[in-house]
Amino acid sequence: MKKRKFGLALSLVLAAGTILGACGKAEEENNAAEGGNKEKTEDAFTVAMVTDVGGVDDKSFNQSAWEGLQAYGKEVGLEKGKDGFDYLQSQSDADYSTNLNTLARQDFDLVFGIGFLMEGAIKEIAGQQKDHNFAIVDALVEEPNVVSIMFKEQEAAFLAGVAAAKATTSNKIGFIGGMEIPVIERFETGFKAGVAAVNPDITVDVQYAGAFDKAEVGQTIASSMYSKGIDVIFHAAGGTGNGLFKEARDLKKKEPARQVWAIGVDSDQTAEGVVEIDGKEHNVIITSALKRVDNAVKDLSLKAKGGDFPGGETITYGLAEDGVGLAPINSEVATKADIETAVAEFSDKIRNGDLVIPSTLEELKSFSAQ
Amino acid sequence: MSNRVKNIIVPIMAVILGILVGTIIMIVTGYDAVAAFTALWNGAFGEIYYTGEVIRQVTPLILAGLSVAFAFRTGLFNIGVEGQLIVGWLAAVWVGVAFNLPPVIHTLVAVLAAALAGALWAFIPGFLKAKFRVHEVIVTIMLNYTALHVTNYIIRTVLSEKSDRTEMIKETATLRSSFLEGLTDYSRLHWGIVIALIGVFIMWFLLEKTTRGYELRSVGFNQHASHYAGMNVNTNIILSMVISGAFAGLAGAMEGLGTFGYASIKGGFTGVGFDGIAVALLGGNGPIGVILAALLFGALKVGALNMPLESGVPNELVDIIIALIVFFVAASYMIRLFIDRISKKGVK
Repeated sequence: MKKRKFGLALSLVLAAGTILGACGKAEEENNAAEGGNKEKTEDAFTVAMVTDVGGVDDKSFNQSAWEGLQAYGKEVGLEKGKDGFDYLQSQSDADYSTNLNTLARQDFDLVFGIGFLMEGAIKEIAGQQKDHNFAIVDALVEEPNVVSIMFKEQEAAFLAGVAAAKATTSNKIGFIGGMEIPVIERFETGFKAGVAAVNPDITVDVQYAGAFDKAEVGQTIASSMYSKGIDVIFHAAGGTGNGLFKEARDLKKKEPARQVWAIGVDSDQTAEGVVEIDGKEHNVIITSALKRVDNAVKDLSLKAKGGDFPGGETITYGLAEDGVGLAPINSEVATKADIETAVAEFSDKIRNGDLVIPSTLEELKSFSAQ
Repeated sequence: MSNRVKNIIVPIMAVILGILVGTIIMIVTGYDAVAAFTALWNGAFGEIYYTGEVIRQVTPLILAGLSVAFAFRTGLFNIGVEGQLIVGWLAAVWVGVAFNLPPVIHTLVAVLAAALAGALWAFIPGFLKAKFRVHEVIVTIMLNYTALHVTNYIIRTVLSEKSDRTEMIKETATLRSSFLEGLTDYSRLHWGIVIALIGVFIMWFLLEKTTRGYELRSVGFNQHASHYAGMNVNTNIILSMVISGAFAGLAGAMEGLGTFGYASIKGGFTGVGFDGIAVALLGGNGPIGVILAALLFGALKVGALNMPLESGVPNELVDIIIALIVFFVAASYMIRLFIDRISKKGVK
């Protein structure tokens, strides 16, 4: 008897708990969960991403990834939100794990971690949430439910190096890196190789800012480089590079006749180089070394939607896969036509495999473009 | 109304006012405030996983809050918690990576190393203040940057080969446990919360129940009177900074041995040290107050991450609310005046 009473009480408590729990959540959500769940798994393939602290308006890496997700949503007719595609921004390094977990718990079919900083978090969560699929950009994670997306940054940087070498008149070129990590090393190596392929006598001054979000440091480095007679600077430093653009714009404004050039990275940064001098618009950016995170994100989302998720594999996007490239050349550059022919020529060689660009400084030593 | 009651009412009023003004901002900017707070709540306590994450976030906040509160109770303003935390983080991970020790002992050694590192880092401003009367605020702020860049250098050159992070600490040194993970559905909750609560007890016991604590507080109230009473002012100043720094170092150990399990090169500050100032301020520099304030801030921070997804409200709004709460605590004179008015009317 006692036992039965206890059982009754227990089930009452449970029932009350369920009802109260249901009250806590919004009504619509419940309906969606009950009625729409099946439909969701069959029809909509939902995708989400976690940004690092830069956020989706960083004019660089995260923004590009978010544009890729938006393009995916547009193509398959999904809207931003829990039933389509969405992103979460991290406020600190400690948030990556929480954010990735939240998205997996919200049953997004594929969750992207944007940037090598999320390597540890993805590895750990992929092991815990085995029936969810993840992808990470710029890092290698070997788990059966994770796809690692890598880029041949060296190929884009190589082309940027070719453009820089053709544009310089002082034969002095600068490179500003964010942090000394493998990704940036690929940029540096490719860039140096590209410069040397055009003219081995050109010197490349390399400096690292130590951070991706310190525009003021970028500006200081750019200022000292320009004053040393360097006339073209390429950056692979995310937000730090905005300081380079500011310095280039300021110098151009002061001395409109001076040759001051910058080269952007990740996405087409042309808009950052606009200066107005005496009512006329000028631009200090020659071109940008593109890293099409957007293409890669969209491509993998579509593949996964089609049931072809290459879990456990690493996909490397290079020039041949339209994963990297070079933005259009600024028409203010005197040698524009020259640059374009050289870039087209090298691009073909890289595409058909005649030319393999080195990815580490070690490999660069034995590299020759001939 | 007694002063004691007022001391409790002021922070509560500040929180209510902060949330109220935050709500007004949401309504004015066209966001759904109810949905936002629901999302905030669900993101902090909606699932056991999130509750685990809240406690994980609260752990270093309690210790950072204790660090600030301890210094404040002894008349010092320790802005260097952030730097001491980073140094403690590095020390804990260093021990965790480089040593081979049996399980529990390894963790304890790593935790003690963090406390020691934080204490040493705080010794510098304490010493300068005691010997040369250099203001501790300026020295601690500068040492924050020094700590950031020195640890970055050590991680890059000594603890790794030009990599951006160290190896994972050895299993024997970790504060994490599969038991707690299983309990909270794979959250990163770790045993550090126990250390934080022990820290709270130590602070209370030291300040309120020992002669040394009495001296420390006394020096904070009035150096000259304490000196006249025969206390060694300089020793007490240094000791106060060192203990404060040890708490901050422990907060770093929580991140290094619990949350992350490694130390990585940082482009900027973690922010935990600075949040500690807000926690201490809201908690009225008392041990229980610090726990409650850390719990509030931790829940707000973790819950905020869920807001954009569930309600479409940007999570920066929580930063605004936190800032407002700090503002109202700082402007507590206003609230006190208001309470006085009300209670006087009641008497009439």
